[in-house]
Amino acid sequence: MVRRVPSGRSLVALTSALWMGTIAASVPSLAQGTLRIAMTATDVPTTTGAPNNGFEGVRFMGFTAFDALVNWDLSSADKPADITPGLAESWEQSKTDLTKWVFKLRQGVKFHDGTPFNADALIWNLDRSFNKDAKQFDPQASAINRGRPTYIADGGYKKIDDYTVELTTTRPISYFPYVLTTIFHVSPAAFEKAGSWAEFAKAPVGTGPFIARNFKPRISIDLDKNKDYWDKNRIPKVDKVVLFPMPEANTRLAALRSGQVDWIEVPPPDAIAGLKGAGFSVVTNSYPHVWPWVLNTLKEESPFRDVKVRQAINYCVDRDGLVTLLAGTAEPSVGFFKKTDPRFGNPKNAYKFDPAMSKKLLAEAGYGPNKPVKAKIMISTSGSGQMLPLPMNEFLQQSMKQCGFDISFEVVEWGTVLVNLRSVPTAPVAANSDALNISLVSSDVSMIVRWFYGANSTPAGSNWGHWKNPEFDATITKMESAASKDEFDRSVVKLHEMLVDEAPWLWVVHDANPRAMTKGVQGFISAQSWFQDLTRVSISK
Amino acid sequence: MWYFVLRRLLYAVPILLGVSLVVFLLMQMVPGDIIDIMIPPEAPKEVADMIRIQFGLDQPVHIQYLRWLKAILSGDLGISIFTNQPVADELFSALLNTLKIAIPAAILGFTMGVMLGSLAAFYGGSWLDKLFSGIAIAGVSLPHYWVGMVLVAIFAVSFNVLPGQGMGPDGFPWTWEHIKHLILPVITLSLIPMGVISRLVRANVLEIRSMEFVSALQAKGLKGPRVLLHIMKNAAPSALALMGLQFGYLLGGSILVETVFNWPGSGSLLNLAIFRRDIPVLSATILVLATIFVIINILVDVLQALIDPRIRR
Repeated sequence: MVRRVPSGRSLVALTSALWMGTIAASVPSLAQGTLRIAMTATDVPTTTGAPNNGFEGVRFMGFTAFDALVNWDLSSADKPADITPGLAESWEQSKTDLTKWVFKLRQGVKFHDGTPFNADALIWNLDRSFNKDAKQFDPQASAINRGRPTYIADGGYKKIDDYTVELTTTRPISYFPYVLTTIFHVSPAAFEKAGSWAEFAKAPVGTGPFIARNFKPRISIDLDKNKDYWDKNRIPKVDKVVLFPMPEANTRLAALRSGQVDWIEVPPPDAIAGLKGAGFSVVTNSYPHVWPWVLNTLKEESPFRDVKVRQAINYCVDRDGLVTLLAGTAEPSVGFFKKTDPRFGNPKNAYKFDPAMSKKLLAEAGYGPNKPVKAKIMISTSGSGQMLPLPMNEFLQQSMKQCGFDISFEVVEWGTVLVNLRSVPTAPVAANSDALNISLVSSDVSMIVRWFYGANSTPAGSNWGHWKNPEFDATITKMESAASKDEFDRSVVKLHEMLVDEAPWLWVVHDANPRAMTKGVQGFISAQSWFQDLTRVSISK
Repeated sequence: MWYFVLRRLLYAVPILLGVSLVVFLLMQMVPGDIIDIMIPPEAPKEVADMIRIQFGLDQPVHIQYLRWLKAILSGDLGISIFTNQPVADELFSALLNTLKIAIPAAILGFTMGVMLGSLAAFYGGSWLDKLFSGIAIAGVSLPHYWVGMVLVAIFAVSFNVLPGQGMGPDGFPWTWEHIKHLILPVITLSLIPMGVISRLVRANVLEIRSMEFVSALQAKGLKGPRVLLHIMKNAAPSALALMGLQFGYLLGGSILVETVFNWPGSGSLLNLAIFRRDIPVLSATILVLATIFVIINILVDVLQALIDPRIRR
């Protein structure tokens, strides 16, 4: 018998046919009008209208399926995002009692299950977070909603009529509408039907421009277009958005490049040139994020108790070099707000990389070549908004050496950083560190109060460094009780100037929030915000 | 034989208790608890305390442990503190996902391992031996997450013929779309068992080939395949033991491979639970995985005893 051995040529032909067949069979099948997004989150953010996973959770599982009383206006890429009416169409602070606010609710708004949003629904939702005797009280949602200070007093909400509600704050808070932007409202009827928050999570019902469906924990969730959304200008252009949690940066990159998703959050900086070369869009823009070292001013031996050392270290950061290291995905930070922000003001110190100035200040503080400033910084290996903590901190360590800083690191995992953030900076979890590297939000003045107000020192609040300045605190009180917008604006500028000159933080960079997408993704406006509007986005094949 | 199985099952009890105790104690040694990680710092203390009470975190560790043990014994794996969903649902869906890649990876890895190992032994010293041994050593030595990334770079990014992440669509029956998602993770996951088993089989076969009974068989005039059968039968028990261990590892899910391929299996669930300090998920996952590991080992022991009567004695 003659055994036929395939010739080299026929083998090549066979292999080629198989490859072609495989290619043909595996071209990504894109559903019409479906936008697929890979998030950096480790899981689908909580779907009950109180999203976890930080502000990325709010970005994708907050403003998409739900609304707050006050929403963010995300329609412009050219200026910092500001607030806009959401479920409340207007609000007014009482002239006689600055703790009282009247909110007029938007009429005609319906939840996805067809039930109306009105004052009863609002009070029911507030009870969910603020009234521990209510049957819908949800400790997890309460912790998240009240974990960003709301200043709502005990029992501080009452219905005036079906579409009017009065809210009372614990003290005058001129920026109160800003703190309401992350409290979302869900359908009471849907909760009654579900019977528990765990069941409600499987089929959540809000008022948002998208309807959350097909929730698969750790895998994905679909956001279907809500064609009946109350804001007709924001009815989604796509039929569906599918969200995938994908914490590993290289996995996100591969998913985008292989056509499995259309959009990824935070591509690795060293992949950006390659992505652009391969025809993908890489979108960056300013957003209110700061990547600082929060300086410990409580610990007796901390060098950062001395303002001159705090200023000196701010003069010893090669911010431009760091931005280059990050392939342009960040911008230098020389204050809490961006330098171009009208709230930045005119501080006395204009920080730049100036080793001579840094050395001069250190000499005035009693340090010199024979007595370097020794400091230990707690940094994480990764974490939400932390960018690339290891190479970035090593870069800082190198550049600071020439000014006389001898920096060492306490490297921990992200969870320990979060635990430390809520502890006194002399607690054992701080590991005797002199600063904490944690990226934080700088969206509005409420965040200045959150991170820097003396009374908000840990563990009561989030002023980890325990920096206290009586003049600063008095200015906060003045700003919170401001009678006019002018007075409010002037106070904010003064607060910011003090933050730059007193330097309670080392200002390093603001993240530029890179995201990469296929050319088919159209109409995206990269708002200067932690949140983005997906309703304007369309997708072409 | 039944006595043997029963004895092995009884041995498993202290092992599982020990594992669960170690997990519980280790979690207590990590700074902070889940509440610190789960909720923002300014959340009112009374709300944080309510969550602690809801999940019994306000109790001393030994009480927490005993309560958990009591619930486990009644078949209740608890509720995830982080997601508020039953741990059993999360765990069994993750295990099922891991099985989808672990079983094909085991079949591929074991088959390739036995083939390469025995071929290398039969062609001992030749270039074929060097080639097969080289493949085996590469399988063991190359970090499999790195191989996974390289495979993704080649087949998902450059050629765009296979998906680089995820499981694809839901449901059965499986289509080509499902199978495509399996290919890269299964190949990646099969490398270590392939390498390890191949090395062992090669060494065993070489050793057995030099034994006198093989020469006796050949002297009796037995043909190659029959001799091979005898050699393989003698090499089987130790290879089986190793396969059992390797299959146990595969079921535990590889945290690294599941991370690279964004595969929502038991390894990725474990990883998430560790970083979230989600004790109910972590404890139940480790206990169930340890139980599976022990059961597989018992099965392997039984199989070995069936093949090799000396073990039963």
